[in-house]
Amino acid sequence: MSADQNLRQRLSGLWRRVRHWLRVQFGAVPLLGWLAGALVAVLLEMFLGTPLARLLGMSKPPVLFGFTVVLKTPAYIPSVLAYVLLIYILPVALVARFSIRPANRLAGGLMRTSTLLSVAVHLALLYATLHLWAGLSDYRLLVVRLMLIAVMLTLSLNVVNGYMGEFSCSHPGFMALGAYAASVFTIVLFAQDNTFGAPLLPAGLGPFIFPLGLILGGGLAAVGALLVAIPSFRTRGDYLAIISLAFMFIVKSLFENLEIVGGARGLGGQPDWAGLPIVFAWAVICVWTINNFVRSTMGKALNAVRDGELAADAMTVDTSRTKMVAFLFAAFWAGVAGGLFAHVLRYVNPGTFDLKKLAEVLAMVYLGGLNSVVGSIVGAVSYNLLSEALRPLELYKWIIIPLLLILVMIFRPTGMIAFREFDVVRLLQPKKPAPEVVIPGSVEPQAGG
Amino acid sequence: MALLSVHDMTHWFGGLQAVSGYNVAVEPGQIRGLIGPNGAGKTTVFNLITGRYKPTEGQILLDGQEITGLPPHKIASMGLARTFQNLRLWRHMTVLEHVKMARYSKITYGLAGAFFGTARRNREEAEIEARAFQLLELVGAVEWADQIVTNLPYGMQRRVELARALAIEPKVLFLDEPTAGMNPEELVQMMEIVRQVHQELDLAIFLIEHRMKVVMDLCERIQTLVFGQVIAEGTPEEIRNDPKVIEAYLGKEVMA
Repeated sequence: MSADQNLRQRLSGLWRRVRHWLRVQFGAVPLLGWLAGALVAVLLEMFLGTPLARLLGMSKPPVLFGFTVVLKTPAYIPSVLAYVLLIYILPVALVARFSIRPANRLAGGLMRTSTLLSVAVHLALLYATLHLWAGLSDYRLLVVRLMLIAVMLTLSLNVVNGYMGEFSCSHPGFMALGAYAASVFTIVLFAQDNTFGAPLLPAGLGPFIFPLGLILGGGLAAVGALLVAIPSFRTRGDYLAIISLAFMFIVKSLFENLEIVGGARGLGGQPDWAGLPIVFAWAVICVWTINNFVRSTMGKALNAVRDGELAADAMTVDTSRTKMVAFLFAAFWAGVAGGLFAHVLRYVNPGTFDLKKLAEVLAMVYLGGLNSVVGSIVGAVSYNLLSEALRPLELYKWIIIPLLLILVMIFRPTGMIAFREFDVVRLLQPKKPAPEVVIPGSVEPQAGG
Repeated sequence: MALLSVHDMTHWFGGLQAVSGYNVAVEPGQIRGLIGPNGAGKTTVFNLITGRYKPTEGQILLDGQEITGLPPHKIASMGLARTFQNLRLWRHMTVLEHVKMARYSKITYGLAGAFFGTARRNREEAEIEARAFQLLELVGAVEWADQIVTNLPYGMQRRVELARALAIEPKVLFLDEPTAGMNPEELVQMMEIVRQVHQELDLAIFLIEHRMKVVMDLCERIQTLVFGQVIAEGTPEEIRNDPKVIEAYLGKEVMA
């Protein structure tokens, strides 16, 4: 046996042992335990972050797990590693590990009382963590909100490209429709604007009427989707891809030439109503309704249409209605996401909704995984984090990200987490400790002969 | 009155007359067979009646209602189910999901139920699921319920397709070569299942089959189709002894 082979075998044996150890230690941690750990880590950072960063020789705590700092000044690598280890990794791991019993008991108790309560508690913990973490810098706040919007976009596109198996390119267009409709709605009603004049309603009403503006935006996007769907759903194949791509460009040039909303200069001055709680709430509603839909027999009809339209038709599925409903529904959520996007940045211009945006959304869908709600969430979050982390590399970022995508396509052609059901009840369930098993690979295979 | 009746149905594919002047009357509770050499137009007859193609001429009545030219999903939901010659299962879906899917037209919870997971939706989904399990039990595929269909052995896939068609609660069931590609053991099981389904669910069955043993054993009446035309109709005994059938279908060597 050559030395190289020997080393490789030892390494893989070591890796297996590490994985086994991790499974034994952390296999029984319920989601509640992880969330508690994350909350503790964030609290730690809140109180000890700055002193610790100073101690390690940095001027302030690293904003995004240190990626940005390290890429700018590689000399900070040890400090950043120590910081991440002490503030994030160790606290999360320790809390998760040593709260296994109480966390499991609590998770079980919550679940027995009511699923709704359990969901509410988990969401509250998640929100608290995000809120505290994002509260430490404006940059983080922006990143988190844009990330949640990206989740909505990705998930809604996954309904069409993953669950329905068509290829739609018009998501930036739907987003633009939603963004402009919601912006015009809020600016006309609540903002002092050169074109639209004085506000019509008192500003105090704003936050209550804002959801209507978003729904209006989603509705307009759905109307746009109808225009795409009518000609392209008569047949299968590439028609939808081509027509939807054309639609995206039409919408973009429409807004570029529509002087009343600022033309190519864009439209600004949206009221500041899209704070973290609002964006978080909309993202939760989006994930909830889409997950409900794709798990119902009605939504599963999309899969049937994708995997065999003929058979679906013969099994009483109204295929054109199914496709139409899903496409409009997806466009609605893209529109809502667009409306939120405009109010987070408080400025929109047509140039945002171009091919680059399309490439980004498609990348998030295919990176995360087709036909999977979890996949879309993971895809959107990881893509956004990566994109922000690599920002200091400037142009090289656009070499690294596509390369990663190519690698994903080679090794997991349908994405990281594809074709997985998102079963909320199972996710929140308490966990049983990992059964004691013989470590696979601990018994060395005997060389034959 | 016949449960399903077809009057003078003719279909042209361009300049080719695939089916000409086809008539049939399927009585309630009857098992009927359609045989004929390759390319005779048997599957085309099925496709015409189930709405995949629209007949050039002719009239089709299901339980007294005209169904000529309706889209397939409408016809299916009115009580005409079918299976396919080459399995058409959905490759990413589980067995249970297949059978549930055929209840699509019976869903009443609407979009609100689908989006917001209402209590009504949960109740209805549970009912659909219970019914699906019953049907899987009937065809003997219940232990595969959670599997993706492509993981199943071939004969089992055929059974799933049958269960799926039954979930429509059909009045008439079309089986397009239900035993194609099966080994002798699977064949015997399938025939047994078809018999059992026929007895328990009280439906009329119309099947296309190549294997004489299956047709002769199962069917009460048989039609022979050659080049789109019915050349003989009768009981298995009559068909077996009809010289026209023997010549056209079974070949001339038999006569010699």
